[in-house]
Amino acid sequence: MTDSTNQIPDRIRLSFVVNGTKRTLDLVPWTTLLDALRDHLGLTGTKKGCDHGQCGACTVLVDGRRINSCLTLAVMKDGAEITTVEGLAQDGTLHPLQQAFIDHDAFQCGYCTPGQLCSAAGLLSEGRAKDADEIRELMSGNLCRCGAYPNIVAAIQQTMSWP
Amino acid sequence: MINFQYSCASDVTEAIGLLAAHSGAKLIAGGTNLIDLMKESVEKPTRLIDISRLPLRQIEETGDGGLHIGALVPNSDLAYHPLIEERYPLLASAILAGASAQLRNMASVGGNLMQRTRCAYFYDTATPCNKRTPGSGCSAVDGLNRNHAILGTSAFCIATNPSDMSVALAALDAVVHIAGPSGERTMGMREFHRLPGDTPHVDTNLERSEIITAIELPPRGFAGNYSYLKIRDRVSYAFAIVSVAAALEFDGHAIRKARLALGGVAHKPWCSVEAEAALQGQPATTDHFARAADLLLQGARTYAHNGFKVELARRAVMRTLTQAANASPQSQAHKKIA
Repeated sequence: MTDSTNQIPDRIRLSFVVNGTKRTLDLVPWTTLLDALRDHLGLTGTKKGCDHGQCGACTVLVDGRRINSCLTLAVMKDGAEITTVEGLAQDGTLHPLQQAFIDHDAFQCGYCTPGQLCSAAGLLSEGRAKDADEIRELMSGNLCRCGAYPNIVAAIQQTMSWP
Repeated sequence: MINFQYSCASDVTEAIGLLAAHSGAKLIAGGTNLIDLMKESVEKPTRLIDISRLPLRQIEETGDGGLHIGALVPNSDLAYHPLIEERYPLLASAILAGASAQLRNMASVGGNLMQRTRCAYFYDTATPCNKRTPGSGCSAVDGLNRNHAILGTSAFCIATNPSDMSVALAALDAVVHIAGPSGERTMGMREFHRLPGDTPHVDTNLERSEIITAIELPPRGFAGNYSYLKIRDRVSYAFAIVSVAAALEFDGHAIRKARLALGGVAHKPWCSVEAEAALQGQPATTDHFARAADLLLQGARTYAHNGFKVELARRAVMRTLTQAANASPQSQAHKKIA
């Protein structure tokens, strides 16, 4: 049996919890998680950079783990818990990483920043980075074309010693 | 992105049945390579079979002292698993040399074995490529082939296998567990990937309706003397130009067992039993390492832009063997090459 390429598949109903709120969507299967967040839920904080998993601008946390949302199909994350940059601050208080990025001027244009923040949040919960070299290595999936890397590393280091 | 139908398999049998029933179907687990290729219209499956919810996520000890690793274990979970860190640090190191933290969180063990070449012509649908479109020709043979293979090539394809994990698995002599319509079977890692020959569109010896269910590591882990050295154009998040997995076991000053595999130089992880045998019973000296490197690189053939790879590989093999012998494995975070 061969699937006809002309046949439009049915939309698939799926639900996930995004930044603490349950959201239900009817999506065609080729919708990426990135497009679902931006185009269907209006959460445009997550950025589309390369759309090929090479830049990290689309990084979000799924069930607490950082992933590239551009290479993830939304239908495959039915039931998941997703945190985007919009969900990092709690009750009007910035996430320690967000404050540290401000303190260290860890951005210029800001386009990569949502991905940097979500990736750094994942890095902190993984607990594998113990020094600047390890931060650099484990943040290498997030490119910054402005070259704010030294300040990004400093911001993450500040957060790692957060009380 | 291309359009496709979607099915979610609830067990291995259903996944195999769906694969067999739909000739244009492909399995998806982590999706890190497949989704990218679908966005480029290089891969055009008419249906994706989601296997990400199958119960293949366990890492268990086998009766003989090895490890059985479910095909859906994410790369990062495998690299950071206490038993892998303790008994198979070569595998942990190779995994952490590849991709980025995000991609390693997504990518499955089975998917890592199935990832396709990063040859730029394979990705560029405007150019001929025998791997993408059989019979269309190879643009790399007379094109920009700096990153291409020097061993096991054919006139039809000079692409390299991009995996770091597979290089370590080949060095460790891992075994691939496979399930298909006619039952289960196993295949050695060194036999799993193919050379291009005149059918470079076939990357592996997996049959079309088969699925990888697990990887098995033998008891011997070479935890004392190993190193994975990856040479690339930037120090992180780049594919290898040349990589080496080396593992040694000593009997006093003599090498009792040696394992060597090269990445970035062939259509599969490149191994040579002659090179490994040449080290056996010998002391860990530069002369013997050079002899092993020469045996491993025997038959190398270069193209217009990748001639440097032979000497680079030769020196990398000697360096990695030295690191292994000195029990000072290459760190993947601190980049200085010891």
